[in-house]
Amino acid sequence: MGDVLKKLEILAGAAKYDVSCSSSGSNRGNSGKGLGNASPWGICHSFTEDGRCVSLLKIMFTNHCMYDCAYCLNRRSNDVPRTAFTVKEIVDLTIAFYRRNYIEGLFLSSGIVKSPDHTMSLLTRVAKELRTIHRYNGYIHLKSIPGASPELIREAGLYADRLSVNIEIPSESNLKMLAPEKDYPSILTPMNSIHQGILVNKEDSRKFRSAPKFAPAGQSTQMIVGATPDSDQQILTLSSGLYNHQNLKRVYYSGYIPINKDDSRLPVLATPPLVREHRLYQSDWLMRFYFFRVDEIVNDKHPNLDLEIDPKLSYAIRNPWMFPVDINKAPFELILRVPGIGVKSAKLIVMSRRYGRISSYQLQKMGVVMKRAKYFISCNELASPTINEIKPESMKQLFMPKAQLRKKDKLAGQLSFTFPD
Amino acid sequence: MITWSYDKTFEGLLTLVFDCYQKKVFPNRIVGTDNPQPSLFQSDYEVFTDEQMAKRVWDGLHRKVSATACQMLYYAFLSEAKDVEMMILSYMRKAFASESSIELNFGDKDVLELLKLDKKVGREAERIRMFVRFQKAKDDTYYASFDPRYNVLPLVVKHFENRFADQQWIIYDTRRNYGFYYDLQVSSEFKLVDGLVDSATGLLHGSIMDSEEQLFQDMWKSYFKSMCIKERINPRLHVQLLPKRFWKYLIEKQA
Repeated sequence: MGDVLKKLEILAGAAKYDVSCSSSGSNRGNSGKGLGNASPWGICHSFTEDGRCVSLLKIMFTNHCMYDCAYCLNRRSNDVPRTAFTVKEIVDLTIAFYRRNYIEGLFLSSGIVKSPDHTMSLLTRVAKELRTIHRYNGYIHLKSIPGASPELIREAGLYADRLSVNIEIPSESNLKMLAPEKDYPSILTPMNSIHQGILVNKEDSRKFRSAPKFAPAGQSTQMIVGATPDSDQQILTLSSGLYNHQNLKRVYYSGYIPINKDDSRLPVLATPPLVREHRLYQSDWLMRFYFFRVDEIVNDKHPNLDLEIDPKLSYAIRNPWMFPVDINKAPFELILRVPGIGVKSAKLIVMSRRYGRISSYQLQKMGVVMKRAKYFISCNELASPTINEIKPESMKQLFMPKAQLRKKDKLAGQLSFTFPD
Repeated sequence: MITWSYDKTFEGLLTLVFDCYQKKVFPNRIVGTDNPQPSLFQSDYEVFTDEQMAKRVWDGLHRKVSATACQMLYYAFLSEAKDVEMMILSYMRKAFASESSIELNFGDKDVLELLKLDKKVGREAERIRMFVRFQKAKDDTYYASFDPRYNVLPLVVKHFENRFADQQWIIYDTRRNYGFYYDLQVSSEFKLVDGLVDSATGLLHGSIMDSEEQLFQDMWKSYFKSMCIKERINPRLHVQLLPKRFWKYLIEKQA
């Protein structure tokens, strides 16, 4: 087993750039006193020092790879230590970690060896052994290998809770440039067959209660942000399409970290674009939980997100005509658009106002961030100037962190002129 | 100032509510019977817990608010927060007095505050599900120490029974010095003998630890370390998500 420790170090380090860690969406029970179950809301078991959740044992089967994708640590042309697990090693490790409550399940990915089909069948074998031989009912997330055949993906879906194919680069031309062996069809075909599989399974389980589950936690994907000049509009339009047409559960955004520093196809960045990544996640949340359409967040006039303020505030400032919102009368969807009010407080507001008018003091107690919200709402006695009195142009200044403002002043002072465009 | 005392159990509190309505007296202060009180706050009346009275109050409450709201009161009670008893009493009085359910009126101070306490207790229970770390002992029992802020161990037993149905396990609350032992059939309350567990680290003593346990702990530590992306290190976020008070029993945070 000492050998496994060494492999684990290499193959976990190789897998860490995959952001997905969620273990939610599946409610597989523990049948007949076996091991484990899946919790529908997911459980994080630890958090790394970079603040990411550790829910699954995220490893690669092997970091040998035939492909040579510019952004990847494991590309063929990199000189890194290479190794591979055996099926048994992964199975034993998963079970040992699971029994100690270290993890919620397994997230298995792999470099591509021999062929996409061969690699896919290796991953499927691990899942199959866990489920059938060891009666393991915990969470399994398998990566579907771009270019793998639909039959193999179908089989994988029978054992896995979630399947995912990473898009990585938000436009096809840039993908071709950075990953010459990949193209959009090889990514979208497995994605479509997973989607089909889930739809068919939904039909089946309506007819037969005993129909075997197919990827009950759905599928997800990931895009690298900042490795190519693609705009936020391109990225978010793509995600919105994936949510609506492919029914994806999650799209993850991963700020580009220059791993291969000598590659001329990739930009040189001082620090990874973490703020941009954060703004993209915020926009993603707006689309999924706040009923925003993608063109309300980014459009031809504003193709990129404002890095200084969050997208919801930015939207509010661009659309002052819809404010102030009357807390005691406005519909739920409109209350959700107020900066400083989240889904939870919006729900509390609409439930409680049936009992009587809500005051600004009560809003604060319900978790509304009044510092923000006060400019966008009207609510009984609340007497603060609204966005329309302050003027949208100067609103932004109010919300920028003080340090950022000072820096801006200094810069403006140095340059002495700003040209109106 | 009317001060009543009760035995600090939930049934005791429900009995107290019963007594209030029977005597038509409502205290403004509720204390534990065992608490040595300064003479200024001498208890005027001591409640004797009666399961039947408690049940009548509990059933009565179910006729006024939903089961979810009743459970919320119980969770809030477990928080052992200051004056939580008075809040619950006041909530129940409002619930009994109202024609329709008051549970969604979050504009009301008691309803909202109890909801917040309920969330706190729920979160602490979730943290057991997240951060408990089992170690395998020589006799194949999996043992874990935990130090929860609230008395929430009973709330998570079911979760572990379902998940680890085919292994014997113990989860031990080191703050309150009791735990649960699952013997493959049922789990029951249980008190640990001294000297088996290191009180500082929560680790089993070498003499009773399984021979492979150390290796798996090392693997977990190594895995944890290699998952971190150095370019993104964010200590503030790390501590926010993984509060320091849990570190002492977390294998991956031990040296």
